[in-house]
Amino acid sequence: MRASRPKVAIAAVAAAALAVAGCAESDRDGSGGSNKDTLVFGVAGDPKVLDPSFASDGESLRVARQVFETLVRPEEGGTKVSPGLAETWEPDAAGTTWTFKLRSGVKFHDGTDFNAEAVCVNFDRWYNAKGLMQSPDVTAYWQDIMGGFAANEDDTLPDSLFKSCTATDPTTVSLAFTRVSSKIPAALMLPSFSIHSPKALQEYDASNVSGSADDIKYPAYATEHPTGTGPFKFKSWDIPNKTLTLERNEDYWGEKAKLKSLIFRTISDENARKQELRSGGIQGYDLVGPPDVEPLKNEGFNVLTRPAFNILYLAINQKGNPKLADLKVRQALAHAINRQALVDSKLPPGAQVAVNFFPDTVEGWNGDVTKYEYDVEKAKALLAEAGAADLTLRFHYPTEVTRPYMPNPKDLFELVSGDLQAAGIKIEPIPLKWSPDYLNATTSGNKHDLHFLGWTGDYGDGYNFIGTFFDRQKDEWGFNNPALFEKFKQADSTADQAAKIALYKELNADIMNFLPGVPISHSPPAIVFGKDVTGVKASPLTDERFSTAEFKS
Amino acid sequence: MIRFIVRRLLQLIPTLFGLSILLFIWLRRLPGGPETAILGERGTPEMRAAIRRNLGLDEPILIQYGRFVRRLIRLDLGTSISTKREVTTEFLQRFPGTVELTVTALVIAIGIGIPLGYLAARRRGRWLDHLSVGGSLIGICIPVFFLAYILKAIFSENLGLFPSSGRQDPTLGATRITNFFVLDGLMTREWDAAADALWHLILPGMALASIPLAIIVRITRASVLEVLNEDFVRTAEAKGLTENVVRRRHVLRNAMLPVATSIGLLTGGLLSGAVLTETVFAFSGIGAFLADSISQRDYPVLMGFIMIIAVVYVLVNLIVDLSYSLIDPRVRVR
Repeated sequence: MRASRPKVAIAAVAAAALAVAGCAESDRDGSGGSNKDTLVFGVAGDPKVLDPSFASDGESLRVARQVFETLVRPEEGGTKVSPGLAETWEPDAAGTTWTFKLRSGVKFHDGTDFNAEAVCVNFDRWYNAKGLMQSPDVTAYWQDIMGGFAANEDDTLPDSLFKSCTATDPTTVSLAFTRVSSKIPAALMLPSFSIHSPKALQEYDASNVSGSADDIKYPAYATEHPTGTGPFKFKSWDIPNKTLTLERNEDYWGEKAKLKSLIFRTISDENARKQELRSGGIQGYDLVGPPDVEPLKNEGFNVLTRPAFNILYLAINQKGNPKLADLKVRQALAHAINRQALVDSKLPPGAQVAVNFFPDTVEGWNGDVTKYEYDVEKAKALLAEAGAADLTLRFHYPTEVTRPYMPNPKDLFELVSGDLQAAGIKIEPIPLKWSPDYLNATTSGNKHDLHFLGWTGDYGDGYNFIGTFFDRQKDEWGFNNPALFEKFKQADSTADQAAKIALYKELNADIMNFLPGVPISHSPPAIVFGKDVTGVKASPLTDERFSTAEFKS
Repeated sequence: MIRFIVRRLLQLIPTLFGLSILLFIWLRRLPGGPETAILGERGTPEMRAAIRRNLGLDEPILIQYGRFVRRLIRLDLGTSISTKREVTTEFLQRFPGTVELTVTALVIAIGIGIPLGYLAARRRGRWLDHLSVGGSLIGICIPVFFLAYILKAIFSENLGLFPSSGRQDPTLGATRITNFFVLDGLMTREWDAAADALWHLILPGMALASIPLAIIVRITRASVLEVLNEDFVRTAEAKGLTENVVRRRHVLRNAMLPVATSIGLLTGGLLSGAVLTETVFAFSGIGAFLADSISQRDYPVLMGFIMIIAVVYVLVNLIVDLSYSLIDPRVRVR
């Protein structure tokens, strides 16, 4: 009897399955373990690279924060500079050389010793970067903080802030800088300044960024062999399954991680993350949508609110519209906006009205500045006084985007433009796509009168906020205020911490008098964990330490 | 037959050339570039200019295209701007996922679509016919992402039958050989890993199958109805063949030609449908990666992926054309 086609096909598939079955080695270690010591955490994007020296995206930095450590780190749950791999640190009298006393008995994941020499190997590696390692999208944070390199290959690069590293003895290291800077030591908390194992750096050719400028390739170290001192060790990066697995570092110098393994799993869609948490596939996730915060809390999930470390502001461009160069008009705008109502109705629970251009979690915040209470009549009077009763403003706002400080730009726009119209200002709405149209239009040229923008701090120093906005002439604001710029320069080059903070306070007062824009709000982003997961403290810098996470038994 | 295949493959060259020009121009005409995606609100105009200069995006488009073609001739698709990994590597790590998903969707669509369409035709005008025709209309109309949420809410969140997203439970620590997870599980005898991967395919497979299933039902039904009225069917019935034989040898076989053609075309549609399905189900495939790359303006990834997809599409349709001769001996490819 002739076998029918379907039977032949089924037989063929079965034969093929038998043929492939067992034809390759399983490399599972069989240590699977109970689910109570493995945490799967949902993140919004794949990390880009595992060497934090080359990273600027949040997901790469999140991984780096578990695997690596820095000389100084933010205090748990805060922004203050506290001990990391260094136990103490102090500047010299001139404020340009900082001496760090290092922790002893620390080992890298490859078993080699951490010491002063290892620190210098790392700083020298960054400082002596050559070729493609000097590309602005490769060493973004080094360039942001330190400027340039030992030998700049691009004329537009500034001189380096970093000068040299000296290992005095195994536990003492000195970093010399070319000038005093407000960034030191706070910026050294950035994961970009993580200390790597010198042996691993050499073994895996870590500085060999190859290819050509439009075709850059990272070395194996950056994709497969990150070797630090942190509480977790890198185990595997399963790109086809969008997961990255870390395992406990059994030789960690401090308190060992409670979890045996920590898995970061990428789920880019916000709703999909929520559904996966509910169905139990993940035991926590980041970037919780503001409308989900209350429902998740009510369901019993551990929703943690990070102390706000961002600012949303309404920028005013003084160049495009001469009327906006008049302080009275800017004051009128500030009085016209009901910021409290906006915070209460449109922002997540815990959001606050901004008084300065940085949140009160940062030293130098000043509650004693000019405040502009909501007062429509006063706004109208100020406009009339300035001869600007008939004012029309081009108001830019972004579409198709949510930012940590701005969950719903269109709603915010409607509220603010409604307030301004109530004060008699005519609004010409200009909605633009966030990337790239909106960012281009609001930070260059002078067609923008008003726009929303904001910032999430990199590290706990006020200059990272107000300096970024106002320390020089920028197209975003379109003003030139030499006295203000001069004071910024003075603050940046003040080594004494107390004196620097005093200057930040003064600057905050000056800014609120000059009113280049209206600070609106600080929003706390939320992070959620499963009902039985405890131990993680939310950090304003998104520096959550998963080593303290554990399952309630 | 060989000449037919060679000719079809040669036709690929001008097709790809034309596609690459159109794509190149279209991508560069999209507003903005990778620099804004990289820098976000941190970018100053100077920083953006520096990145454009570095990536060679400030050069005339012809020079940029020339550089792309020079690489392409060496079969080098370049590296991703955002991950700096080779485009080919990125593709090979994700394409197996999309293939698994597409095959699952095809199996569901064909496995249910053809019998249902056939039965609807045989019971024309009865309730099964109305149900399948009406159902297929809904299948075509319902947006995939909406269907996906419903499926997840019912089968995953409430009933807990299927995982709501992903390709495989990461805690299994499965071994990777080919990146086809089911196959890898079989090859390494990690049966639990293979079963888990299969389990993860069901819901996204169903979501992705909805549209092709509806189309296959309708085409099969129409095609069977047409064949049922043919003289040779009446002759076969008249000469006393059993209904089973008439159905299999005469009706189904002849009705399958238009269905096979549509399956070839639908496969292309599945690849694009995968973009949405993969995103909603956090399923690692080329679709979700492409969507990310568009927002990142990752030109090399977009160029490379779309070119490879075009080749795959042509190959799938070539196979479909060849399969005609299997279904219908009258068709000979020349």
